[in-house]
This record gives sequence, C-alpha cells and structure tokens, in this order.
Amino acid sequence: MSEPIVTRTSATNALRANERRDFMSYMWGFGLALGLTLVPFALVQWQAMARDPLLITIAVLALVQTVVHFRYFLHLDRKRKREDLLLVLFSTSLLIIMVAGTIWIMANLAERMTPI
Amino acid sequence: MSWSTIFNHPLGLLGADSFPFLAMLSSDDSDIFINGLLGSFAAALVIISVMVVVALLTRYRAWRTLWFDWLTSTDHKKIGIMYVVLALVMLTRAIAEAVLMRAQGAVGLGGGFLSSDHFAQLFSTHGTIMIFFMAMPFLTGLINYVVPLQIGARDVAFPILNSISLWLTAAGAALVMISLVVGAFSTGGWFGYPPYTETLYNPGIGVDYWIWSLTLASLGSTLTGINIAVTIYKKRAPGMKLYYMPLFTWTALCTAIMMIFAMPPLTVVTLQLALDRYLDFHFFTNGLGGNQMNFLNMFWLFGHPEVYILILPAFGVYSEIFSTFSGKVLFGYKSLVWATISIAFLSFLVWLHHFFTMGQSGHINAVFGIASMLIGIPTGVKIYDWMWTMLRGRIRFSVPMIYSLAFIFLFVIGGITGIMLANPILDYQVHNTVFLVAHFHNMVVPGVLFGMLAGYTFWFPKAFGFRLDERWGRISAYCWIFGWMGAFFPLYILGLMGLPRRSVAYEQASYVPLEIVAFVGALLVAAALMALVIQLWVSIKYREKNRVFVGDPWNGRSLEWATSAPPPEYNFPVVPSINDRDAFTAAKEFGVGYQEPDAYVNIEIPQNSAMGPVFGGTSFLLAFGLVWQIWWLVILTGLITIGTLVMRGFQRDTLKIIPAEAVCRTHQHWIQAARLALPIKRSQEHTAANKGRAAIETVEVPT
Repeated sequence: MSEPIVTRTSATNALRANERRDFMSYMWGFGLALGLTLVPFALVQWQAMARDPLLITIAVLALVQTVVHFRYFLHLDRKRKREDLLLVLFSTSLLIIMVAGTIWIMANLAERMTPI
Repeated sequence: MSWSTIFNHPLGLLGADSFPFLAMLSSDDSDIFINGLLGSFAAALVIISVMVVVALLTRYRAWRTLWFDWLTSTDHKKIGIMYVVLALVMLTRAIAEAVLMRAQGAVGLGGGFLSSDHFAQLFSTHGTIMIFFMAMPFLTGLINYVVPLQIGARDVAFPILNSISLWLTAAGAALVMISLVVGAFSTGGWFGYPPYTETLYNPGIGVDYWIWSLTLASLGSTLTGINIAVTIYKKRAPGMKLYYMPLFTWTALCTAIMMIFAMPPLTVVTLQLALDRYLDFHFFTNGLGGNQMNFLNMFWLFGHPEVYILILPAFGVYSEIFSTFSGKVLFGYKSLVWATISIAFLSFLVWLHHFFTMGQSGHINAVFGIASMLIGIPTGVKIYDWMWTMLRGRIRFSVPMIYSLAFIFLFVIGGITGIMLANPILDYQVHNTVFLVAHFHNMVVPGVLFGMLAGYTFWFPKAFGFRLDERWGRISAYCWIFGWMGAFFPLYILGLMGLPRRSVAYEQASYVPLEIVAFVGALLVAAALMALVIQLWVSIKYREKNRVFVGDPWNGRSLEWATSAPPPEYNFPVVPSINDRDAFTAAKEFGVGYQEPDAYVNIEIPQNSAMGPVFGGTSFLLAFGLVWQIWWLVILTGLITIGTLVMRGFQRDTLKIIPAEAVCRTHQHWIQAARLALPIKRSQEHTAANKGRAAIETVEVPT
C-alpha cells in the first residue's frame, strides 16, 4: 500500500502541467461560444440581412456552436472512440427526429389553417 | 420594471387576499365557504405537519444529525433514500386529492360539493405531483440507491451534482406544497395548455406556480439524467461489460439518456410560456403571431418519452424481482436489453398520439398511430420473457412478487387499451373522456407505482438493515391492486358511455352507480396507503427481529446483495472484478461470496457539501419571488446561487479519506457476522432465522 500523501502530490503535479493547456482550451471554447452567440443577436438587432438568409445564417452558426461545445466542453476530438461515436450518432438522430417532426407537423397545421 | 416598483412593493403581489383562509372568511357565499374550508384544512395540514416535524427534530435533538448525516450528504445511498421519502410524502397528498375527486364524482350528478375551480386545481396538482414529485423522485431514488451498488461503484460520477438535483426537485415540490397555503395552484391541468394558461385567461399566479415548480423539477431531472448516464458509462467495476450489467442498471441507463433528451423541451416550453406571461412575448398567444399548437408539440416531445422514463425503471425492478423470486436466471436477457433500447428509441417517435385531434392531416395521424402500436412489440417481448423466467422456477409469493404478478395482468389490459387509443379513429371517439384517464392510470399505477413499491419492499432491507413486515405488506399490496381495479375499471366503461374527463359535475343519472364503485375503489387505495404507513411503523418497531445485517435476505443475484445491509459509506472495501452476469450468484455458487481481500487501502470519498441545501433554498425562494413578483428577492437569491457556484470552484479540498484500518475493521465485522449466520433456505425467508445469509438452492432450469 503506497503512502497516500505521495500519490496525491504526484497527481497534483500532473494536474499542474496540464492546467494551463486546459485553461486555454476552455477560454477558446468560451470565446468562440460567446462570439457565435453575439453575432446572430447583432445580425437581428441591426437587420443586417434579408429574412431568409438571416434564418439560414443563424441556423448555421448554431450548428457551429454545437461543434464548439462538443470539442471544447465535452472533449470529443478526433481520437476514435466507439462509445463517443455511438452517442453522437444517437443524439443527432434524435435531434433530427424532433426537428423534422416538428416542422412536418407545424407546417401541415399551417397549411390547413384558414388564411386570415 | 423600474427600481421604484422593486422598492415600492417589497412583497410583490402578496397581500392579505393571497391567503385562501382569509379570503374564505371575508366571503359570505356558502359554496366559497365549503371549498375554502377544504382548502384551509389542507393548508392547516401542511403547516401542522411541518410544525410536528420541527418539534420532533428538536425533541430528539436530531437537527445536527439531519444536517450532517442527511441534508448535506453526498452519499448516493442517502440521497436515494431522501428522494424516496420525498416521493412518499408527495404520494400521500396526491392520493388524498384523488380520493376527494372521486368523492366529488360520486355525488357529482348535477352539482356536488366542489367548485369547478377547486376541482380543476385538484386534478392539476394531482397530475403535476404524481408525475414530477412522486414518480420521478421515486424512480430517481431507487436508481440512485441501487445502480452504483449494482455496478460495483463507490458513488455516482458527480456526487455534489446529485445532491443539487435532489434539492432542485425538493424545491419544486415545496413550491407546490406552499401553493396550498399562499395563493392557489394552476387550474390548467398537468400539461397547462395555452392559450388558457396565458395571462389573458389566467391573470392570477396559479399558472406561475405550475411553471416554476416544473422548471425546477425538470432541471433537477436533466442533471440526474447526465449523472446516471455518466456513472453507468464510466464507473462500472473492472470486467463489467455492458452485457454483464443487471437489467435494472440497463433500464436506468436508458431512462437516464431519455431524461437528457426529453427534459430540455419541457424546460424550454415552460420558460417560453413564462416569457409570454411575464414579458408579453407571443409564443403561444392567440394573436400577434403566437401558435399554441407548438406548445402541445413541444410539451409532448417531452411528455411521451417521459412516460417511458417512468416505466422503464419499473420494468427493471420487475426483471430483478421475477428472477430473484423465481430463483432462476432471467430468461432472454439480451432480448430484454434490446426491448428496453427499442422502447427508449421508439418513445421519441410517437409524441403526436397525444394530440391526434389537433387538426393535422390523416396521413400524419396514421404514421404516428402505427409507430405507437409498434411499441407494443418490445413490450410484449418483455412480458413473455418475464413469464418464461417464472416457468418452472421456485416461485415465492412475497410482496414484491405479488405486485409483479398483478402488474403483468393489469399492464397487459392497459397495453391493449393503449393499442386501441393508438388508432386515431378510435381516439377521436374517446380522447377527451375518462376512458383515457383509465388507460393512463392503468399504465402508471400497475406499471410504475407497483414497480416502485415492489422495489421499495425489495431493497428496503438493503437500505436499512431489516426486512419490512410481510403481513402488512400483503394487506397493502392487495388493497392497492383491488383498490386500483375498483377505481379505474369503471372509468373505462364510463368513458365509453361518454363521461368527459376533468368535468366537476355531470347530468346523466346513469353514470352514478359506476362513479360510486370508483369512489369505493379510491377508498381502498387510501386504505392501501394507510397499510403502507402501518407496515413501516410495525417494521421499525420489530426491527431487531427482522435484522438482515449480512445483507442477502432474498438470495439475490447482483452485486448490491454482496455487501452488508446497510452498506458502508464506500459500498465495497475492494472494488470487485466481474466476469459474468449475476455476479453475486456466481460468487456464491463458487463459494467465494464472503471473502476477505488480501489488503485494505485508504478510500477517498467526497466530503459533505452545503451546496445542495443552499441551492434548494435559493432556488425555492427565487421561484417564490418569481411567482409573486418580489423582484428584490429574485435578484438576491439569483446572486447567492451564482456566488455559491463560483465559490465552489475555489474549493480544493473536497475529499475525505477513510483510513484502511477503519475499512478493515468494518469489513471484518461483517465477514464475521456472515460466517456466523446460518444460511437459510427460501422457506424460512420471512422468519427471524433470516439474517441475510442465503443457502445455495439449485433450481433445475428447463432447457
């Protein structure tokens, strides 16, 4: 049985070595996420585009934001891990079901409404 | 809103007329008086119960114990127990409401004694409580307690997050409870459809109570989902492959993943409604571009998976019970796992069947109708697997098994009416009648609640070290079963006869006899609850006779039975390594069930933390401030919440160490007890001879 104090110190040293890299990674993630949130708000506030391109731009920025979250906050990188891949695929399929289903239903309802 | 509004009205909308008791006294209408009397009685019960609890805690000087051993604990077992306690308290209130509603139904011909608003509040709180503050905490509690033990872990992945989830849920529950004393709850049902719940039709604070209690509960559940999923993915004992996990852990995993995906739509939709109500947005209003149909769509994107979030852990409990109480390996383990996964996935494909009649085209209804019927297939697979598990087993008709058998019979009936309702053509006929009420109570009472109660009976000796009284358990189980049948079979018929749901009174005399039968059934259910309380009382009184310290009273199969009852704080002195399914049964059969490890090591476990209680307190006050628009309170508690979170980030010393010597002492004490205890046969299970050591009894498994 090893001395607990020794193990803790070595663990702390290992942490210190990584600390700065981790910190920078989180700052990058935070900065990117903030930027990707502020840009759409700015675009809407100052009416920088026509309606349809605006909607598409916001949607694309949202998707990029998702990737940023995956990369910097959930630490999914390109190291191949089957578990991670399965979870990402599962999440994506569920989101597609929810979004596509919602659009399908709501568009159909809108179509069947009496025009005002 | 300006600073002057914040300071000119320090109590926001709160005033003397916010208290139903005072409102009742100042009115001379006799109807208002009766309803006010009932309301005041309920409010008085809440206040008196709180006072009794405070007095008892002071009397027995238990405040320190409560704070240091329970409220600030990050031990998954204690958090699990607190969840179950919360669930049972809320169950009591919701059952009382149910009985009151059925009483109103029995005399509802042309009137009755309740006002329509009061009745609406009753079904709204009943539904909200039963889903969010009874079923969810109950299953979360069982999962919290059992899953880390079943996978051989020391704790969940994020112990403090776990405590915070509990406290968020508790804060939501407290908000529902305080609505009895201050103000009134929503009248919009548990799903609160707009535009009825918009300010235009509902200017009071009832809907706000509903919104914020749900928001707190849904946040708590999302965090719980993340916690459980990560725990199961990352903290399994060495060698435990996914396919070696006990079935309850599998269902917990699926439920956790569903929570992660299903709860956010609810949080979003309630917050959108809040924006509508507080800041004049128009997400769901009639005019100005609002679209209330999207509320239904989003709500049921959460709501349908929610139903399976509730039922899957119950399926897990039944799987453990059928296997344990038949003394046999679970039949068709892999098919049960895949059925669970299929149900979890399919549950995201069927949400539209909750609003077949909203007006979309027949094609869409047909697609979702067929998808809904498909769920019957994996569920059917499960039912057959459970029956084959029992086939030629050595079945013991103990309380958990009684619940499980009743579940099979009743759940199949509920499933069949579910397939009927999945057909949009039939749904159009009965969708707003009590037929639907009978159907979903058929799924959530014999399905979820019986499962939870069976699990409570099954794992109680593990949690507290003594068995529950068998006789009172049986009385309670039979009262639940027959009470449920009496209360809800008549509703199927009444529904087909056309009785609309949620109606306080009716004009058809032909409804009366069946309404009375349903009321008698509800009384039997209330008796079942009483029997449950008596059972607990009797069990505590005679606990010395029923001790099962060795920890394996039922000849259990999975790892949670391989440790003492109650288990030490760190669960296992040495993390076991696994190379088979039913790990503990295998160990017992090879004669290595009660072993001493070669060496003991220091064990690090998380320290207690006040984060949970602080979050619970502030989020409750925050929500209360939002309901009554007491803005300074909202700002203050918001700042405290964020401040606590930041301060926690600076805390470095978060672990405490249990020295190897203490671990050794505890373990050897237990091993000694295990060696001294006489292994008992299953026929002695309910006698004082059962000290928690099981004799090996082989059952011939048909090939």
